[in-house]
Amino acid sequence: MTDEPCNLFDVGHRACGGCAAALAAKLILEAAGSNTIVVSSTGCMEVFSTPYPETAWRVPWIHSLFENNSAVASGIVASLKRQGKTEKVIALGGDGATVDIGMLCISGAFERGTDFTYICYDNEAYMNTGIQRSGSTPYDASTTTSPAGKCSFGNSRPKKDLPMILAAHGAPYVATASVAYPADFKKKVEKAINTPGPCYIQVHAPCCTGWGFEGEKTIAIGKLAIETGLWVNYEMENGEIKKVKKVKRKPVEVYLTEQKRFRHLFKPTKKEEEIAKIQQIADRNAERYGIDIVLKK
Amino acid sequence: MALNLGCTAKPGKSRENKTGSWRVFKPEFIHDKCTQCGMCIIVCPEGCISLNEEEYPVPDYDYCKGCGLCAEECPADAIEMKKEEK
Amino acid sequence: MMEIMEGSHAVARAVTLCRPQVIAAYPITPQTHIVEALAEIVANCELDADYITVESEFSALSACLGASAAGSRVYSATTSQGLALMFEVCYNVAGMRFPVVMSIVNRAMGAPLSIWNDHQDSISLRDSGWMQFYAEDNQEATDLHYVAYKVAENHRVLLPSLVCFDGYIISHTYEPVDMLTQEQADSYLPPFKPYHRLDADDPISFGLFASPDYYQEFRYENDQAMRRAHEIIATCGREFGEMFGRDYSGLVEPYRLEDADTAIVAMGSLCGTVKDAIDELRDAGKKVGLLKIRTFRPFPAEEIVKFLSGVSRVAVLDKNISLGSKGAACLEVKDALYGSQIPVLGYVLALGGRDVRKKDIAAIVDNAEKGIGDIFYGLREELLK
Repeated sequence: MTDEPCNLFDVGHRACGGCAAALAAKLILEAAGSNTIVVSSTGCMEVFSTPYPETAWRVPWIHSLFENNSAVASGIVASLKRQGKTEKVIALGGDGATVDIGMLCISGAFERGTDFTYICYDNEAYMNTGIQRSGSTPYDASTTTSPAGKCSFGNSRPKKDLPMILAAHGAPYVATASVAYPADFKKKVEKAINTPGPCYIQVHAPCCTGWGFEGEKTIAIGKLAIETGLWVNYEMENGEIKKVKKVKRKPVEVYLTEQKRFRHLFKPTKKEEEIAKIQQIADRNAERYGIDIVLKK
Repeated sequence: MALNLGCTAKPGKSRENKTGSWRVFKPEFIHDKCTQCGMCIIVCPEGCISLNEEEYPVPDYDYCKGCGLCAEECPADAIEMKKEEK
Repeated sequence: MMEIMEGSHAVARAVTLCRPQVIAAYPITPQTHIVEALAEIVANCELDADYITVESEFSALSACLGASAAGSRVYSATTSQGLALMFEVCYNVAGMRFPVVMSIVNRAMGAPLSIWNDHQDSISLRDSGWMQFYAEDNQEATDLHYVAYKVAENHRVLLPSLVCFDGYIISHTYEPVDMLTQEQADSYLPPFKPYHRLDADDPISFGLFASPDYYQEFRYENDQAMRRAHEIIATCGREFGEMFGRDYSGLVEPYRLEDADTAIVAMGSLCGTVKDAIDELRDAGKKVGLLKIRTFRPFPAEEIVKFLSGVSRVAVLDKNISLGSKGAACLEVKDALYGSQIPVLGYVLALGGRDVRKKDIAAIVDNAEKGIGDIFYGLREELLK
């Protein structure tokens, strides 16, 4: 082990062992390189990487508030242009920061055609504050503010479809990705930062602490999400879906049974109706995006 | 140690935090089985695995949290998680 | 060069001469004339800047924060509801020590909704770590922007600044203003030299979180910076005076105070009316003077003591109130004069744009002489049954 650190996302950060967000940060900077400015929102990634006086970021990095990273990025992009500087600007935020409280700023930045890339690490809840429900929490997931109980099956709403919303803003490149497919994710990051205009990537980041599974299973869980159709990896260019990851689909149960946040659907009794509803969501995704591998006769 | 104006920091300070102390399980790399695919390096959330002179992966135990992702994802089963004797 | 200019346009021209690289602002009455004028200036290539038409005031100040962090001089303007929406970002900018300069076209806070002038908006930010300047007329509103940038960007200060001037009374009124030339502005205000910035050649992380082991010391350092600003304002203000003939070295400005019995303390355009009233009162034999507070943050406590030690009573006029308590200036003047036996009487007036005339000032002086103070002046009793 030499003394020369080669990772732009450095060791010593305080993420949970097996953290998908930490993995995402590492992969993003591997793809983006050192000529990058990162604008982080408040959240897990920011908190575990920058407790004063420590920082794990080896690129210029700024954290302002929870909901304004897109607006701060807009200002940075304008300033760089004025100074003739070439750094690429990447805004990073969790799902809560992005689809909920940050909607105003991300919509404005995209509407203005700001030349930056927004990457949302989607761990499907407000994890940093203790696993509360966000607009990206999936149907029937139990969180502390949408807990399963005697008269509740957990979160009662489907995930907000922010990729579509931003495509409707005229974003030239919108993609979904997963830490389970790191090479694919890195390719998408590279494409996004080299596409002029506002680009968006939502990367699925299974959270061992928040979803209830062992840290070593982060990638396995991510793969199951895709294989069951509850997460779809795709790319959109100028609003049109160009590439979709196809799968030999598995029933949603194999994904749900692996996570404590869905345990109430199986214990003390199996909630067939609810599981069927989740299967419907997967089936609709399959139809909409064309993810099923159809073997030619 | 004077404060950095505006609460800032320069790169490198996180290295003072040796997260290896978090470990319960320790990954043991069996180079005989290793196919040098590089998967462990890619998936490590700490980025603390690097190649030695023979181009085999070696973790930095100062920072390895023992999460087990490398062992889980190794296609050659060349990494084993062993309970660490402290 | 003397020109008859609307306050907003004079400010827009001064800001142009300060050469901001990034402007991010959201329209709100009565600030709109400034941002419209600047948009036109940029559209006609008279200023080489990026003008970001943001989607809210919150985003305006956030964009300014980003641009300042990246190394640009920035500008924004707002008022009332807009400033309130920026509240979170204001603390962020000050805490991160970015030298943003923002015009506040003072307007009352809703509810009830009001587009008319008072000082509640900027006064409510007095804890935030932003410096605050209050202009008496169009000339001061213009000049204070150059001074604000110079002080804010000084590496011994590095605090953001509000330049406040009264909505409609200054912003929408025409007065003769002596505008600097670009050359003069450049000679006073050199290009922005950031203390540090977002730069791939020298990466820094901005905006870390501070545990209880560190937070208090960061706040202490900010407080120290605000106190250092006192001296830097005096220096920069004096320099302005030496170069252009209008001295801004004083955080306060006395008017006919030397032998005064009653001292009036006020901020902003009200001072113009007060000066005229004082002249009349003096002609009638009353010894009244004014101590204008031009810089509210940092608060000029020493100057208050120095100029008011000899008077028999102090009447503080506040176009703001901390509901259930008193006006902000009254409380701070009282605090500065604690220990002296001088009675300090507060008058809350002109809220929501209610007009103040010379006879109102005379009536207030009368009240002060009778020891009647700590009141809302000029209430319409018939509405209060």
